[in-house]
Amino acid sequence: MISRRELLKGGAFVVSFSILGPLEKAFGQATAHIDPYGNPDYLDPRNLDSWVAVREDGTVIVQTGKVDLGTGIETALAQIAADELDVPFDRIRMQMGDTAKTVDEGRTAGSNTIQAAGQHLRQATAVARVELLKMASTRLDVPVERLTVKDGIVSDTADPTKSVSYMALVGGKKFNITMPVTGQQGGLQIAPAVKPKKYTDYKVVGTSVPRVDLPRKLTAAYPYIADVRVPGMLHGRVIRPATTLSKPRVDENSVANIKGLVKVVQDGTFVGVVAQTEWAAIQAARNLKVTWAAPSSPLPASPAVVDQYLTNTKSFTDNGPMPKGDTAAALAKAARTFEATYRWAFQNHAMMLPSVAIADVQPDKVTIWTGAQGPFTTRDRISDMLGLAKRNVIVNWVEHSGCYGRLTSDDAAEDAVLLSRAVGKPVRVQWSRQDEFIWEPKGPQQLMNVRVGTDAQGKMIAWEYAGRTFPWTEAQGTPQLGERQIGQKNTAPYPASPTGAGAVAQMYEIPNQKVTAAYIPWPQDDPTPLRTNPLRSPGEPAGWFASETMVDEVAAAHRVDAYQFRLRHLTNDQRASELLQATAKQAAWKERPSPSPDAENAKATGRGIALIARGPTLVCAIADVEVDRGSGIVTVKKMTMGHDCGLIINPDGLKFQIEANVMHGVSRALMEEVKWDANGIKTVDWKTYPVITFNKVPDVDVVLINRPERASSGSGEPGIVPMFAAIGNAIFDAVGVRLREGPFTPQRVKAALQSKTTATTARL
Amino acid sequence: MAQISLKVNGMTRVVDTDPTTPLLYVLRNDLDQHGPRFGCGLAQCGACTVIVDGNAVRSCTIPVSTMGNKNIQTLDGLGTVEKPHPLQAAFIEEQAAQCGYCMNGILMTAKVLLDKNPNPTDADIKRALDPVLCRCGSHLRVIRAIKRAARTLQARA
Repeated sequence: MISRRELLKGGAFVVSFSILGPLEKAFGQATAHIDPYGNPDYLDPRNLDSWVAVREDGTVIVQTGKVDLGTGIETALAQIAADELDVPFDRIRMQMGDTAKTVDEGRTAGSNTIQAAGQHLRQATAVARVELLKMASTRLDVPVERLTVKDGIVSDTADPTKSVSYMALVGGKKFNITMPVTGQQGGLQIAPAVKPKKYTDYKVVGTSVPRVDLPRKLTAAYPYIADVRVPGMLHGRVIRPATTLSKPRVDENSVANIKGLVKVVQDGTFVGVVAQTEWAAIQAARNLKVTWAAPSSPLPASPAVVDQYLTNTKSFTDNGPMPKGDTAAALAKAARTFEATYRWAFQNHAMMLPSVAIADVQPDKVTIWTGAQGPFTTRDRISDMLGLAKRNVIVNWVEHSGCYGRLTSDDAAEDAVLLSRAVGKPVRVQWSRQDEFIWEPKGPQQLMNVRVGTDAQGKMIAWEYAGRTFPWTEAQGTPQLGERQIGQKNTAPYPASPTGAGAVAQMYEIPNQKVTAAYIPWPQDDPTPLRTNPLRSPGEPAGWFASETMVDEVAAAHRVDAYQFRLRHLTNDQRASELLQATAKQAAWKERPSPSPDAENAKATGRGIALIARGPTLVCAIADVEVDRGSGIVTVKKMTMGHDCGLIINPDGLKFQIEANVMHGVSRALMEEVKWDANGIKTVDWKTYPVITFNKVPDVDVVLINRPERASSGSGEPGIVPMFAAIGNAIFDAVGVRLREGPFTPQRVKAALQSKTTATTARL
Repeated sequence: MAQISLKVNGMTRVVDTDPTTPLLYVLRNDLDQHGPRFGCGLAQCGACTVIVDGNAVRSCTIPVSTMGNKNIQTLDGLGTVEKPHPLQAAFIEEQAAQCGYCMNGILMTAKVLLDKNPNPTDADIKRALDPVLCRCGSHLRVIRAIKRAARTLQARA
């Protein structure tokens, strides 16, 4: 068996073949069975008191293990509970994410909070309402059938003077009710026999209730994780290099003169400083002289080397939907065939607030404050790391800045634990901006090859999509940086169904389809700054970029309007077809083939369309862009976004989600790119990793399709998925040149204009 | 360490600190201000913005020793949940924040803009706010909210 290191000789990746060995296991997901029922490490999901409490003042506490990542989901969940309980919305208080106070409902990820936790809370509050009616029936001596509830007051429909409030019934007391519950985490099924309200009876759901958190957030009265202060707390910083971790040599004398320095901490290859003040900690971290040994596996020399590696390395697993028909035969007999390879670059999450956490490590108990997406995951990792029972690790969740997937890996919590353990006091760790940009796990580079065959009438009859990328190396349950630095190895096997950049199906009626995503093992065992992590709708914006760009290429080759071409392939999909038509109408789409007749203008304008499905949610995006041929600068003038996610809980909140996805999408489509070479990461701050700013934002026009008869599906991520394709297709429409790699920076656009296309393997 | 006297939101406060400490850490850790926030420590993102003698200043890089006798305003002193400043009220009305972490920089920069230009155009607002980063994508609502606040303030004037 060939070792990874042999493959990496000379500092560059060497093309390899199948080498499944222990290193591949280094980033598997821990799949330890969680049995939360009657387990002292978990609140029992069968216990109604784990979900709902009526306080003595009549406010209702609703508890969820999900967290708010800055999207306002707290408000939407409270709307669901208010309707189910018939309690005024402003009397609901959400308790989110604390491991000792909430049920483990899995990480807040995958745009599934409304889908999963919304349903859990709907059922639990429906059970609570049933119980409250029973109690009222006894108290008032009125049969349940005659009772009605308004604003938390139960009354007799025959004699409204007979009434009792929820507060009087259980205020400050427990329900002590056990519900039938099966499953775990996001898959919990709560009291399925209890029927919640019908959507036609909703009063709060479906309305644009203002966000409950904003008044405090806008007046400096809202505590973010960065604001948490613990008595006796010290300040810590961690020191890491800009490249793959290696052995440090630390010169403690280099910081001997810093007043307030408490300790230089070394533990394995982990290096940190603890000080009495934050400024002393910052200075100590800056001045501490650390010499890092040459890493055993340096970073690949360039993105091109990663491309080669992705292309030529055998995957450890492939996934994708069931194939349809016989794609190879259909391609062979097709009237015309098309093939192109698309590529997307490594990108950052780039949170506004770099990672931060506080830990207080006592001999038999650890308390942590974090903004992580999976407080229970953090708890379990720390309990493994320290050999403590899970229930003796208390994780308190406090909101971080928006994170877009970044907080799946909770490195800062481990850093804080290691420093607190070393000094025996609570320690707050704040990563620097540079730490964050170098060491955040990134959205991985992706390659996508697409082949299409059309018949003599120009209809697509064969579709073959093959994506190649890295899985999440920092997935749920893997040791993070700190743990690895103190010597912990991961023994979890590779996941059978990894995520990271899933196979991207397409929406159209094509009889022969083969869609696969190949997961390529990362070739280094040491923690690397190019480790990866789910980035908003993992892999899908780039996957659909390939898919929806190819559809556009085929339409243009047949001189058919891009919208019309899509519509012709959607004769049986009513939802997709309606969304496409509604969005095109809103954007006043004029049917004509691309490119635009004015494509030779120095300042060329164009429009592009893309249609995607993410789970049950459908999104259609239409981009209007301007391309400056001289500078290569692309300006997105306007995005028209059609969105169908079933029942809408909060229309304005949903609209905002879509606007937010547009801004993130424009930023990632046009300017965001991690730069590195064999010596390390080069994008280390906001100057070297620019993101969208006020001068560059497009107008946004949103078309919402509400389908109250359908269950709500996610909206936190789907909006970004069509963005790259819509913008790239609009650039083609504007200048007649196809961009097959992104982001669409001025350099790439200029190069494409000069060479007429950026693709290396196109055979159009 | 040195005794440094600061005027924050109209009140004089004395802190005992290393005079090279950037103002941000003194405001947050010694004076219990939660408005100015750490985002980059490089004066690149604007999350730490405070108003010093009427100008928007990035508190994460400016040493506290340079602040003597200057009037420092923070978001903490602008308004409260019960009595928001018209800017804050307009942001709430327009639902103009997602995670809200960048909002300190946006509100303080907008305050300086409106103090100097009570009736800004969209282009004026974009130019003034361009150096302040918002990662969640609240930009369009922020622009609307600032215009709304301008109308309220002008109606009062």
